[in-house]
Amino acid sequence: MLRILRQIARTGTLTEAPPATDDAALEAAGIELRRALEARFRGSLAIRQVDAGSCNGCELEIHALANPYYDLERFGVHFVASPRHADVLLVTGPVSRHMETALRRAWRATPAPKRVIAAGDCACTGGIFGESYASCGAVENVIPVDLRIPGCPPAPLELLRGLLALAGREA
Amino acid sequence: MSRLDWLSGYLTRLAEKGAAPRLEPVQTLGPRVRRVTLLPADWGTAAEVAAALGWRWAGVWGDPLADACVVRACLQAREGFVVLETETALEDASLASHTRYYHGANRLERHLRDLIGVRFRGHPQDHRWTRHQAWGEDEHPLRTDFPVAGRAPKRAPADTGYPFVRIQGGAVYEIPVGPIHAGIIEPGHFRFQAVGEEILRLEERLGYLHKGIEKIAVGREPADLARLAGRVSGDTTVGHAWAACQAMERAAHGTVPPRALHLRALLAERERIANHLGDIGAICNDVGFSFPHMQCSHLREQWQRRNREVFGHRLLMDTVTPGGVARDLPADAMTTLRGDHRALREALAPVFDVVEDHPSLDDRLLSAGILNPTDARMLGCTGFVGKASGQDLDLRRDHPYPPYDRLDVEVPALDQGDIAARVQIRMREVYISLDLMDRLLDTLPAGEVSAALPEPPAGADGLGLVEGWRGDILCYVRFGADGRIARYFPRDPSWFQWPALERLIHGNIVPDFPVCNKSVNGSYSGHDL
Repeated sequence: MLRILRQIARTGTLTEAPPATDDAALEAAGIELRRALEARFRGSLAIRQVDAGSCNGCELEIHALANPYYDLERFGVHFVASPRHADVLLVTGPVSRHMETALRRAWRATPAPKRVIAAGDCACTGGIFGESYASCGAVENVIPVDLRIPGCPPAPLELLRGLLALAGREA
Repeated sequence: MSRLDWLSGYLTRLAEKGAAPRLEPVQTLGPRVRRVTLLPADWGTAAEVAAALGWRWAGVWGDPLADACVVRACLQAREGFVVLETETALEDASLASHTRYYHGANRLERHLRDLIGVRFRGHPQDHRWTRHQAWGEDEHPLRTDFPVAGRAPKRAPADTGYPFVRIQGGAVYEIPVGPIHAGIIEPGHFRFQAVGEEILRLEERLGYLHKGIEKIAVGREPADLARLAGRVSGDTTVGHAWAACQAMERAAHGTVPPRALHLRALLAERERIANHLGDIGAICNDVGFSFPHMQCSHLREQWQRRNREVFGHRLLMDTVTPGGVARDLPADAMTTLRGDHRALREALAPVFDVVEDHPSLDDRLLSAGILNPTDARMLGCTGFVGKASGQDLDLRRDHPYPPYDRLDVEVPALDQGDIAARVQIRMREVYISLDLMDRLLDTLPAGEVSAALPEPPAGADGLGLVEGWRGDILCYVRFGADGRIARYFPRDPSWFQWPALERLIHGNIVPDFPVCNKSVNGSYSGHDL
């Protein structure tokens, strides 16, 4: 027990400073969204993540947002269990045709005003899976998308930048 | 005893039962993999005899041609592998089901039926599995005349009418969960029948992530297939890419430079450690003990950052390529990695001490979610799920592929089969992988890290067999014309671990389902294809 306490003391605080947004386009989008979201979401953003066909790589990186390095909740962003509690749907994967209706229902169950983020290359464009008998391709082929975060998968920092831009809360 | 004796015993017994097996004289699929051609009528006998010999059943897949279908099944003996092969007509095709001898065959046979249309006679659950509502019952997407874009571009409705088993009784109630779960998890549907808090029965309904991987693989170049294989299950990107490359290299008679093989193993062990760290923490978190979760997740994050720095990708995607690996180690990487291995050992010791000894974890993990060794064997479970339930199997030791043929791989085994045992196995495997990685670095050969893959003749096929972090990955590749892929079938170990979850959950309480599920952690994507 003492060993682990010593190790914890030695490790110290890992949580990093929030990332600065250097991308001009993202910043512009952030300012625009900030006005809308500050008015409508009162500074707290509830996200319902929906895997609509992902290979689970994106989920691993979304999970990483909760680790001590990123600690997403300190920004007022939290993941919720029901779309009825959500402001934002964070959708990954190409939309498999077997998930098409489930995704549409989750979107309908999310109260307006709502935003949809397509996270990862597959969600943005269909990615390596594209459109086929089994895949609808990009998320925007099924529900309207407000923000795209490319990457295969997007690293936690890229996800964080996307979320902060959407919430308009970058430091 | 000659190395062929094990096989001649099998063939003799088959002949005694009236079958007419034909052994392919040369090993074209891979080392220690023998192809046995059968008449369709002998298909069931081949499994019956193998089961009597105690062989393991490792998968079944079809290979649809223009007007026929070649069906293959893989059997694993202590001495090697047998690939059974038979050709049937496409219309009204049926073979005897292997499920009565091997319970793990159940869903793979139904997957084959849904995608190609070969029926399995005597199957105990002869209804659809991978097919929901995106294509019709009489349509079979993997057949050559089925367009990759599909025939019904209309919206696919939600799946209804699936024949779930219902339990009758006044106090029994049903809990349907999913496909979208309350968390950051892949989609799937679980149907619980419970009395009070106790689970009487769990039935899984998967297939929601089916995205046509086998179909869209057709016509790809080898490098393109490796990228696709790396996305069969994102958490096993190295394992699946290696298995696909191994299958392609065996089919094309390509050679991989020794340095590249060492680097592949290094990548595979890094992937094993990253997943074990994430899951050990998450299992503790699922019983409300978040402290190891925070410890493990920060160590995992450091590990992934090093992946990015040294290998170019946080999850190691696209690092394994046909003929080798995508890049060599940077000049200072040897020292950095050795330092990391040492540091991780030191950092984990006190964390794992707590995981092993903490009374509140013991209370929840000991005797919970028991998979008994008989079920594990009948289902063909490998990896930490099998190893915790008496299945002492690991391809790196039992059928070593380079570079493991030069390494002595220790395989932990327990037979309690509960969540605590699965966690124990994984903690042990982290240390074993760290030692393996040190040895891989010590013996890292000099030279190239990639060699061009020769163009294989049309029809050349190969079998990849790789021990991923979840267990054994089987991968079949057949080339068509111009060195392009004609058939790709990856069999993730999750095919056998999902049904194990249905069994180990018996008698547990509903609130323990998340931790039981996490302790198995099957891949939805790797299974749904």
